[in-house]
Amino acid sequence: MNGKPLVSIVSAGLSKFGKQEGLYARELFAQAVKEAFDRCPRLEPKRDIKAMFVGHMGESYEHQGHTGSTVADWAGLLNIPATRTEAACASSGAALRSGIYAVLSGLADVVLVGGVEKMTHRSTAEVTEYLAMASDYPFEQWHGITFPGLYALMATAHLHDYGTTERQMAMVAVKNHYHGNLNPKAHMQKEITVEKALSSRVVASPLKLYDCSLITDGASCVILTKPEQAGKFTDSPVHIVGSGQASDTIGLYERKSFTSLLSAKLAANTAYGMAAVKPEEVDVAEIHDCFTISEIMAYEDLGFCAAGDGGKLIESGETRLGRGIPVNTSGGLKAKGHPVGATGTAQAYEMYLQLTEQADKRQVKDARVGLTHNVGGSGATATVHIYRSAL
Amino acid sequence: MSTQEPFTIEQFYKFLGQRKLMAGKCTRCGKIHLPPRPLCDECFSQEFEWTEVSGKGKLLTYSIIHVAPQQFQGMAPYAVGIIKLENGIKIPGMIAGATQEQLKIGMDLTIDFGTCNTAQPWPQWPRYCFKRWSSSSKRKIRQKKGSKTEFR
Repeated sequence: MNGKPLVSIVSAGLSKFGKQEGLYARELFAQAVKEAFDRCPRLEPKRDIKAMFVGHMGESYEHQGHTGSTVADWAGLLNIPATRTEAACASSGAALRSGIYAVLSGLADVVLVGGVEKMTHRSTAEVTEYLAMASDYPFEQWHGITFPGLYALMATAHLHDYGTTERQMAMVAVKNHYHGNLNPKAHMQKEITVEKALSSRVVASPLKLYDCSLITDGASCVILTKPEQAGKFTDSPVHIVGSGQASDTIGLYERKSFTSLLSAKLAANTAYGMAAVKPEEVDVAEIHDCFTISEIMAYEDLGFCAAGDGGKLIESGETRLGRGIPVNTSGGLKAKGHPVGATGTAQAYEMYLQLTEQADKRQVKDARVGLTHNVGGSGATATVHIYRSAL
Repeated sequence: MSTQEPFTIEQFYKFLGQRKLMAGKCTRCGKIHLPPRPLCDECFSQEFEWTEVSGKGKLLTYSIIHVAPQQFQGMAPYAVGIIKLENGIKIPGMIAGATQEQLKIGMDLTIDFGTCNTAQPWPQWPRYCFKRWSSSSKRKIRQKKGSKTEFR
């Protein structure tokens, strides 16, 4: 496809991320779509939007499944076809990809894709149990291996094989909290120190509290259309020029490597190829930092550095705002928060802001090429998308 | 060894209750499946035979879980790991009674049937965990003889 736009993003919306007491997921989703509609006055939602895909991981949180139609109703978009996509923490990465399929197929010219999760009203033990559902039931969950536990198994191997340090992992948390402090919608609005991160309590060794992303409520969406129609709705669209998705074994234990996610590498290769973009051409990236080690591994899987050098890359400071390849300017899952179903399209929202120069204090100067990396579970799903500014 | 038992995860756990670690072997392409599967992901054959697998292996990676799901809270903190068995198959599990300091990548472990029971009734099928492979009595004997303690 040689870098031609697949689809164009003409608007985007994000609810406030954080603890949203007294709100249902559908009400959070309404916040996100309202922003997207307001940003795009030339769009008439009821007339123009022809289909909807919504990422939502768990019906356990609110005892509510059937999310597609539920949130379509609260978005004022009945009676369009509305479908929930589920791929654990990559649920809305999968929604985005489904939206691209829909537009490219010609079945729907304008599609709203988004995601939502309401989590904070549940106890940590309950959330731990629900998130573990993204892993293998009879061999991982049965043996008490939690979701942080799976990434801890990867971290132990990465530390052992490559000499990555717990201090380097802490630096990911420090950087993303620094960025989160520049994002008024982020869950955490405060900076932390390496010492604070290193001295936090152990969740699953070697991962400590500050190595883990947040339990957050939030919703996100973007509106897609055909590139040739984007001008009808906006003068500054963002084009999606590459889209990759791959699967892998549900059980971490069956994989050849515990220090790299094959699904992410495959998705990235597909997306880079489609976009005709090389890793060194990426100006800004939102990476799935569900744990600090996952950002370090993603640097390697996405080709930002060689295998094993992820720890050195965070230490170099190159992934901080103002440096070579700013990663997670939104604060990432670590500081912006991780309402799991909402994360994939929240990353796309950040790319929309960055590539239309609306990211305010956290704007990456001259950002033209962006990348998002959204991982489900311990890597049984990964989606990678590449974006190009129309400016 | 071959029986009429179905090549399912449930049957795998039933064998564990008989203190046997059993895998399905594809009779067409020879691939060993642990857990067993009803359809070979390599050659799509549905013909298998049961084969008993050695429970000895080496630790590939590990973690001590401190924040546990509700069902396991009474046990936390506890060790988990991924073990590469002698035939090359990898399986995860708890490592009985092991502390952070005792765990080393590459250390020898062996399966221990049914000793990792949770206080709660979930999960209800027989299970396994891993333990260090040199038993304490063996080590004592070696130490008495003045030889180095070896974790073979």
